Amino acid sequence: MGHKIKPDVVVDVVGENCPIPLVEMRKAVMKAKRGQVIEVKGTHGASKKEIPMAVESLRLKLLELNSDEDGVWHIYIQK
Amino acid sequence: MSRVTIVVHSGDFDKIMSALIIGNGYLAMGDSCTLFFTFWGLLALIKGKLRKSDMRLSRMNMAGIGAWMMRRKMKRANVAPPEKLMEDYRALGGRVIACEMTMGVMGLSKNDLDDHMIDEYAGVGQFVKASQESRTTLFI
Repeated sequence: MGHKIKPDVVVDVVGENCPIPLVEMRKAVMKAKRGQVIEVKGTHGASKKEIPMAVESLRLKLLELNSDEDGVWHIYIQK
Repeated sequence: MSRVTIVVHSGDFDKIMSALIIGNGYLAMGDSCTLFFTFWGLLALIKGKLRKSDMRLSRMNMAGIGAWMMRRKMKRANVAPPEKLMEDYRALGGRVIACEMTMGVMGLSKNDLDDHMIDEYAGVGQFVKASQESRTTLFI
């Protein structure tokens, strides 16, 4: 799958378990400037659903969510 | 944004993990969190304690064998260890209160505890205030 969105920051949490994907996403959001795009990529199943929930709760913008065939998901968030 | 307050009363490994994971979860989703450490929970704030891996399990500790097995399983599942979760909790702005009264009861002084992990040494009044401002209060 072609990833057209160019992120400013990539958070790689492949292989990490609960709650690290959420925590690392939050850290990246804290550091980012308004308007910047953060890509979170990981393999933890529940986080694929929970990061979008956190995005909503943090009032950020979910740009895209997609999954590779090898089980890696990519979530694009704009601050 | 809402707030949560968690009383960390137990010093058992699994319960400390629960408190830190829940705390991190709230912070990650944009809420603020206060952990109020009291009684055996205070032991987790002793310098180097979280790294030391000598905390017992609340169930099936079996003289430490159960705790050792739990740590091994968690490591295999790539679950973050407690010292990393505490570091993350602090990095995300989580607040920590150490209960002064029970420090005395547990024979702990400020010198025994890791100052970097603690914002305040306080009493029940601070807990009540934090809890009154919170939507959720948990006792672990």
